Amino acid sequence: MKANLKYNICWLILMVAGFYLMNALILVGVIDSFLENMVVTIGINIILAVGLNLVIGFAGQFSLGHAGFMAVGAYATSIMISKTPTAGVFYLSIIVGVIIAIIAALIVGIPTLRLRGDYLAIATMGAAEIIRIIINNMKMTNGPSGMFNIPQFATWPVVYIMVCVTTIIVVNFIHSRGGRAALAVREDEIAADSMGINVFKWKLAAFVIGAATAAVAGSMQASYVQTIAPNNFNIMESIAILIIVVLGGVGSITGSFVAATILGIVDAALQSFGALRMVIYALVLILIMIFKPSGIMGAKELSFKRLFNPKSRKAGAKS
Amino acid sequence: MTTVFQQLINGLSLGSIYALLALGYTMVYGIIKLINFAHGDIYMLGAFWGYYTINFWHFNFIFALLSAMVVCAAAGVVIEYFAYRPLRHAPRITALITAIGVSYFLENGMSYLYGADTRNFPQVIKQVNYDLWGVRVSNIQILILVTACLLMVLLQLIIKKTKMGRAMRAVSVDPDAAELVGININRTISFTFALGSSMAGAAGVLIGLYYNSIDPLMGMTPGIKAFVAAVVGGIGSVPGASLGGFLIGLLETAVQSLGFSAYKDAAVYLVLIIILLVLPAGIFGKNVKEKV
Repeated sequence: MKANLKYNICWLILMVAGFYLMNALILVGVIDSFLENMVVTIGINIILAVGLNLVIGFAGQFSLGHAGFMAVGAYATSIMISKTPTAGVFYLSIIVGVIIAIIAALIVGIPTLRLRGDYLAIATMGAAEIIRIIINNMKMTNGPSGMFNIPQFATWPVVYIMVCVTTIIVVNFIHSRGGRAALAVREDEIAADSMGINVFKWKLAAFVIGAATAAVAGSMQASYVQTIAPNNFNIMESIAILIIVVLGGVGSITGSFVAATILGIVDAALQSFGALRMVIYALVLILIMIFKPSGIMGAKELSFKRLFNPKSRKAGAKS
Repeated sequence: MTTVFQQLINGLSLGSIYALLALGYTMVYGIIKLINFAHGDIYMLGAFWGYYTINFWHFNFIFALLSAMVVCAAAGVVIEYFAYRPLRHAPRITALITAIGVSYFLENGMSYLYGADTRNFPQVIKQVNYDLWGVRVSNIQILILVTACLLMVLLQLIIKKTKMGRAMRAVSVDPDAAELVGININRTISFTFALGSSMAGAAGVLIGLYYNSIDPLMGMTPGIKAFVAAVVGGIGSVPGASLGGFLIGLLETAVQSLGFSAYKDAAVYLVLIIILLVLPAGIFGKNVKEKV
C-alpha cells in the first residue's frame, strides 16, 4: 500500500483532473451536446473494452459474447427505471443488472470455459445470441421493438465515475494473486495447472468480472441513449467491442482507452460522410491491422512507476 | 407423415446452401486457422453477380452459376492476397479482425455502390412443383440439392485425388514440413481460397433462385450459421462441413415447422453448444491431445 502510494495518488489526481477539465470545457462551451454524446459513447466503450480485455487479453479466453451480458444490464436498468424513475432505483438497477449478468456468466461459463480458442469464441457467441433471442421474445422487455423513453439518469459524470470504478476493479484484479494466476493460465494452461493453479476457477473469475463490467456499460447505455432494442446487442456489437480491444492491443488496458477514444473520434468525424462512413471505417481497420498487427499499444501500459523511475529494470505496473 | 417429409425436403435444400458455405469456412480454417468472416460476403457477391448477369447480359442458369463461381474464386484470391497474406505470421486474432474489416468493406462497399435495397432475383428457371405422394417438391429444390451434392463430390475428388489437393492436406497438417518438401505454400493457400469462394459463389446464385430476394447484407446471418455448421461438423473436415450444413438446415426447418420460428436461431446455437460440450472438436473433428 505505502510503496505504491505515490503512484496511486498520481492516478487519483489524473482522474479528478480529467473530471474537472471536462466540467470546465462544458461550462465554457467548448464541448457542446454533440461532443458530449461522443465523450459518453467513448466512456461506455471503454468500460466494455476494458472488461473484454480482461477476458481475452489477460485470461486468454477468446469470448465473443460480450454484448449478451451488456444486454442483461441494459434491460435490467430500463425495466426498473421505467417503472419507478428515481435515481435510487437507477443505482439499484445497476447492481441488479450486475448480479443477473454474473449469474448468466456462471451459467454460460461453467460449461463452455472448458473449450479452447475459436471453439470457445463460437460457443460464447451462441450463448450471447441465445440471451438476445430470449429478450427478443419476452413480454417484459417489449419484444423486438425494444424500449423507449427510458428516463435519463446516466449523465456524463455518472458514466465518467463508472469508467474509473470499473477500470480500478479490473486493474486491481489483474495485479492481485488471481490476476497473476489468470496471466499464467493465458501463457500456458498445462504449466499453470501443474504449478497448482486452479485453472478453471481463475478463467471463470475473469469471465465473470468481464460480464459484470459489461452489464454496467449496458445500464449506462440504456439510460443515456434512452432507447434500446434487442438488435443493439447482436453479434456485430460483440465484434465492435472486440475490434476496440484488438486495435488497442490485446493485454493493454491503456490500449483499450486509446483505441476507444480514437474510434469514437473517427466515428464522430465520419458522420458527415453518410454511406461512405463504414467503407472508410473498414479500410482504416484493415490498414491498421496490416501495418500494426499487435495493435496501437501492443502489450504496453501507461505507468507512473516507469515514468518516475525510467531506469528501473522491473517492469512498471499500472496503479 | 407427409409434413415430416415436406419439412425434410425444405430442410435439405436450405441445408445444402449452408453446407456449400460451410465448406469454404472449413477449408480456410483447416489451412490457415482463420475464421474467414468475409466468406458470407463472398456469397453475397455471388448472388449479385448472378443477378446482374441474368438481368443485363441474359445469361442462362448454368452459365450464371459457373461465371459466379469463377468471379467469386477471383475475389477470394484477391482478398487473400491483399488482406490476409501480410498477416500470415501475425497473431491469429489480428487476422480475424482483418477478416471482419474485409466483411464490413464488402457489405458497405456494395451498399454504397449499388444501394442497400432488397432486389428480386430474376426467375431464370420457371418454378414447377411436383407432387410426390402428397409431398410438394419444386424443381428449384431438386436443382439446389443436385448442384450442391455434385459440387461437394467434385470438391472431395479435388482434395483426395489431385496433386493440389494433396498439397492442401499437407499444408493443413504442417505448413513448415510441407514447405520443406517443396510445396508452394502461397499458391496452395490461394487455391484453397479460390475453391472455397467458388463454392460460396455457387451458393449465392442458388439461394437467389430459391428465396428470390437479395440485398448487400444477406451474407451476414447465413455466414455465421454456416460457420456454426462447420464447427458442428468438426472444423477442418470436409465431410463434417457438409454433414453440419445439412444438420443445421434440417434443425432450423424442424424448429420452424413446430411453431417456434422465433427461437430457430436459439435452437441452432443451443445444439452447437451441446455438441461442443460432448464432442469438443465437432462430429468429425480430430481431437488433438495437447502434450507438454
